[in-house]
Amino acid sequence: MYSLGIDIGSVATKSVVYNGAIAASVIIPTGWSPRESSRLALQMALEQCGASRDSLRAIVATGYGRVSADFADRAITEITCHARGAHSLNHEIRTVIDIGGQDSKVIQLDEDGHVADFIMNDKCAAGTGRFLEVMARILGTEVAEFDALASHADPAPISSMCTVFAESEVISLLARGVPREAIARGVLDSIASRAVALLGRLGTRGAIAFTGGLSHSRVLRAIMEEHIGEPLFTSPASQLAGALGGALIGWNRNGSALGDN
Amino acid sequence: MATIDEMIAALARTRDNAVNDLQRLKEKGTKIVGAYCLFAPYELIAASGAVPVSLCGTSEEPIAHAEKHLPRNLCPLIKSSYGYAVTGTCPYFFYSDLIVGETTCDGKKKMFELLERIAPVHVMRLPQSNNRPGDTAFWKQEIILLKKRLEREFGVIITDQALTEEIRLRNGQRSLCRELYGLSRLDPPPLSGSDLHRVLHGSGFAFDRAHHSAQIRALIDALREARERGERSAPAGRPRILVTGCPVGGATEKIIRIIEESGGTIVCYENCGGAKDREFPVDELIDPWDALTQKYVRLACSCMSPNDARCELLSRLIDEYAVHGVIDVVLQACHTYSIETQRIRELVQKQKGKSYLSIETDYSQADEGQLRTRISAFMEMLH
Repeated sequence: MYSLGIDIGSVATKSVVYNGAIAASVIIPTGWSPRESSRLALQMALEQCGASRDSLRAIVATGYGRVSADFADRAITEITCHARGAHSLNHEIRTVIDIGGQDSKVIQLDEDGHVADFIMNDKCAAGTGRFLEVMARILGTEVAEFDALASHADPAPISSMCTVFAESEVISLLARGVPREAIARGVLDSIASRAVALLGRLGTRGAIAFTGGLSHSRVLRAIMEEHIGEPLFTSPASQLAGALGGALIGWNRNGSALGDN
Repeated sequence: MATIDEMIAALARTRDNAVNDLQRLKEKGTKIVGAYCLFAPYELIAASGAVPVSLCGTSEEPIAHAEKHLPRNLCPLIKSSYGYAVTGTCPYFFYSDLIVGETTCDGKKKMFELLERIAPVHVMRLPQSNNRPGDTAFWKQEIILLKKRLEREFGVIITDQALTEEIRLRNGQRSLCRELYGLSRLDPPPLSGSDLHRVLHGSGFAFDRAHHSAQIRALIDALREARERGERSAPAGRPRILVTGCPVGGATEKIIRIIEESGGTIVCYENCGGAKDREFPVDELIDPWDALTQKYVRLACSCMSPNDARCELLSRLIDEYAVHGVIDVVLQACHTYSIETQRIRELVQKQKGKSYLSIETDYSQADEGQLRTRISAFMEMLH
């Protein structure tokens, strides 16, 4: 038997098949149709581990597109799923900072991986993956190449928080001849300071996990660690935390609604 | 015999009928006084023979018009109120002979200056606090200024006797509403948070007070009887939610809906439309002017600094209503409620050991998905 968690984010759709361990995982772009991408991510994950649809005990959808996955048995918010997923990746985790495509959040967990408290960013794209994507485009690079560009530069400060204003700010920096490496580093600094501020509002306790698509950026992680003064836990599965959490909740669905592990 | 649902629907319709009621009153020569806020002393207005009415300010529609004169980055309540006034789309504003405003925040204070160009406005100045020597005396002076303005505008004399009588009547209404929402102390509560909101909201437009009181009394009795028969209650086992913060109504009813759709039960409203006013009757044993002054200066509004009264009220309500989680609603650009979230978060989490969520919203429906994620996650956390 298997369970499947599917996390339909604004940028990427992630699916995880679970059978006591991660049996398959898929990350694909969400594109314009969360409905289509969720079906595709389901299919691809099943094929990857050779599981049939009938062998799925439960499908749990999460992420902003959770309502569009009409094949799911349950829709659960990404807060609850990220908490559960991060906790299963490392049982010591008591704080999660997640930076996704269009929002960021800080979650505090209890020792069982249940949400104790959470806070989300303002309802705009500032300091999220979308922000990075826009900046990468202006700098003529890609999100995946951003680290390489920024890693050895001294930051050019970016003071605008709003994505639209920051775009104009970066354009004027480029016009003044500021090196794009420095701007790239400044962009990561700006994202980090925003994330650290959010973390400060809720406070940290225990080990801290960094999840979501932006957790792939080593430079961003290093800047954040410097601000916080503590190491951030990441794993190759960090971007899958939400989907994994969903799969775990589905796996344990015979227990109480959400209170099991 | 009407069913409980019919009774609730009839009470919720009070506001729809209000326009016709006002028109009839107006034809008879009755003066109408429009108000925006709890600080407008209802009893004093009523004692002048005028009918107080709540003005519109909870819809997104007129905001674009308001933004011709007001900055975009301003609380939607202020923009909507002003927008309704300038577009002539609030029927209650249309019928009002006088508007009573208060200096509850910088935005409102300055908006009223512009509003005065459209209609006669009397702005009451609030003290910044209610715990210093002079605060009460200052507010009493404002009450007396309003008295004089009403007397001058309407050519009447407001007697102590008339005020005393209005205080008695208004206290009676408060006590009935308190009894109604007090039923939500039961577990599960006998009426949903959305129904409770509809009924309480309608009560601001009840001009035939005897009839309205009878309706509320009948509803309370019917709910009690249904309870004794083991009928009619919200589903059991749901997280019990208290709603606090900025006023909720109209466009922001989306919050009530999302809380209920996410599996929560609203058992108490602390905000302006709920307990904030009704928990505190005017003292009937002392001089009516002093009593009125004290009642209103003590309102637990975030415009007061410090606002200890809100913490005391919340602390008591959380216990009385066996609340699991508090949702603090902040309208965009409302600095006082926004800053106060820090203190309320600490009160709820540290002193009361309950869960807390603050949400910022405006009158658009664009943030429904984001609100749903935050509120659903909160309910999942409470389960």
